[in-house]
Amino acid sequence: MSALLSLAWASLLNRKGSVILTIVAVALSVALFLGVEKARSGAREGFGNTISGTDLIVGAPTGSVNLLLYSVFRMGGATAEVSWPTYEKIASREDVAWTVPIALGDSHRGYRVMGTSPDYFEHYKFGGGQQLTFAQGEPFEDLFDAVIGSEVARELGYTPETPVTLSHGLGAADLGSGHENRPFRIRGILKPTGTPVDRTVHVSLEAITAIHVGWESGAKNPLADTIPEEMIRSFDLTPRTVTAIFVGLERKGTILTTRRAINTNRSEPLMAIIPGEALAELWNVTSVAERALLAVSAFVIAVGLVSILTSILTSLNERRREMSILRATGARPHHIFLLLVFEAGLVGFLGAVLGIVLIHGLIAVLAPLLQAQYGVAFSMGAPGLVDLAVLGAVTAASLVIGAIPALTAMRRSLADGLSVRL
Amino acid sequence: MSQPVIDIRDIAFAWKQGPQVLDIPAFRVDAGERVFLRGPSGSGKSTLLGLIAGVLAPQSGTIHVLGQDMSALSPSKRDRLRADHVGVIFQMFNLVPYLSVTGNVLLPLRFSPARRKAAGHDAEGEARRLLARLGLEDAQMLKRRVSDLSVGQQQRVAAARALIGAPELIIADEPTSALDADARDRFIALLSEEVTRTGASLLFVSHDASLAPLFTRAVDLAAVNQVMNRAGALA
Repeated sequence: MSALLSLAWASLLNRKGSVILTIVAVALSVALFLGVEKARSGAREGFGNTISGTDLIVGAPTGSVNLLLYSVFRMGGATAEVSWPTYEKIASREDVAWTVPIALGDSHRGYRVMGTSPDYFEHYKFGGGQQLTFAQGEPFEDLFDAVIGSEVARELGYTPETPVTLSHGLGAADLGSGHENRPFRIRGILKPTGTPVDRTVHVSLEAITAIHVGWESGAKNPLADTIPEEMIRSFDLTPRTVTAIFVGLERKGTILTTRRAINTNRSEPLMAIIPGEALAELWNVTSVAERALLAVSAFVIAVGLVSILTSILTSLNERRREMSILRATGARPHHIFLLLVFEAGLVGFLGAVLGIVLIHGLIAVLAPLLQAQYGVAFSMGAPGLVDLAVLGAVTAASLVIGAIPALTAMRRSLADGLSVRL
Repeated sequence: MSQPVIDIRDIAFAWKQGPQVLDIPAFRVDAGERVFLRGPSGSGKSTLLGLIAGVLAPQSGTIHVLGQDMSALSPSKRDRLRADHVGVIFQMFNLVPYLSVTGNVLLPLRFSPARRKAAGHDAEGEARRLLARLGLEDAQMLKRRVSDLSVGQQQRVAAARALIGAPELIIADEPTSALDADARDRFIALLSEEVTRTGASLLFVSHDASLAPLFTRAVDLAAVNQVMNRAGALA
């Protein structure tokens, strides 16, 4: 066995050029497959890392995935809101430890604006319990203070004290239909989190009310801008509605009964979701696309394996002489067979190893960038079970595929005898 | 009288759907003999060597090699017999291109535990000694790629490979046809010397009748192969 393995190795070294090309083809296909797999599990982890420590999210009745997407991931929008008295009722429940109300709907140059309470910076947790921390400045204090995520600051070049204005709705700033006469001041900039927080402009709930004074009809009253700031400050700015509420419980054990109590609230229809459960539902939806993507990259591996087959088959003609020398010096037909099978297996094995090294290197280099830019956290660290499984499967498949040229060579060497007619 | 190394009786051989190539009533090589078998190209020399080496099987008749009836052995037993007891030298392109000079010489030991044992625990040293006796002692040369060697050097490497592990029978198929007269005579002299030293028998096949005096016995294939006589009669 080892004699044949070393023979196969020497033979591969002799055809370095084409063998290296084949190994690279296999490596790229393996790297693609593992890259897709790691992006998939990384995306799941990233989504899973976006919210932690929050037991329930409460909003107006909608799909649970939808509620999760707009409240946590700032995707899509709410169709209805929760009234302030109802919020207060939930906040005052015995089993509720804390609540963070949020109000969405405005934007700033493409970034979502979220009105919330200062408690948000204390209770919102991500990535397995990490708290939001400030790179610069502090939480909003004044009515027209804003706290921005790291990406907003980086992309728009904002620093504390920069004045900004918000626009109504999610479109780009549309002069005359926005809140440009109510300028905000940047008060704090958050450290990168790799979550949608990085792309959010945070203001107080009262500020959301304040900039909508004169919007009671749903559109801007032409006289809205004539109300001076001092007068607005003197109004009761308690919000009338909030978009959603993050809820932390006193004891995790009551989560199901609390949820049922909220879901069956009489005064106003409500919906409470458990973030992890809603995420699982989301994965059910996305798993079809994931499987399709994995299937495609598995086919790319198959192409890589076929390139092993091609390279060995094309080498067989020029190696007829070599096979009959081996036969003459005592190699039996099964030695010839194993020699070629081992060659295929070695190429597959080396290709898979190179592919694994390649993708891990790429991830090591690119992960911080991807994390910051797209919030996709690739699972880092030593090669895991998935890598080992792919390594094993690719090597096994190469050995099997190697049987094709190996059988051809074996039959030929039997027919050729000792004398190859060149 | 000692047992013959090769003992052929009444064999007939034809390639698949081809004309008959061999029809040999009797041919034998005794232990220690160095037999020269002469025949023009296409006379079935290589086929005969294939039969003796056990990679081919005759349609009828018997071949005993070292007392073993080849036709009674399974193909894998014949392979084993060849691996253990027969060294083969070809006409040209004798060497595996991806192995070093010593790697080529040691090749039979990979497939035959018996010859590995016979070569002793220092197989590499044995390979170097064999190469040196065949006139290849330059350490630089041993490191070169076999494809960079001259044909004469390649053939001597092939001879060392056939001789390693002291097989009882060496068969050589036109090993000198690509050599000039000087190199050819030197090659045969060195090969004969080594064969004599190890006590092996040599069956040397060539079309070149002038080589006959260099061997203990010369046989004309035409004289033993009845197919050629019939062809001759037709012509």
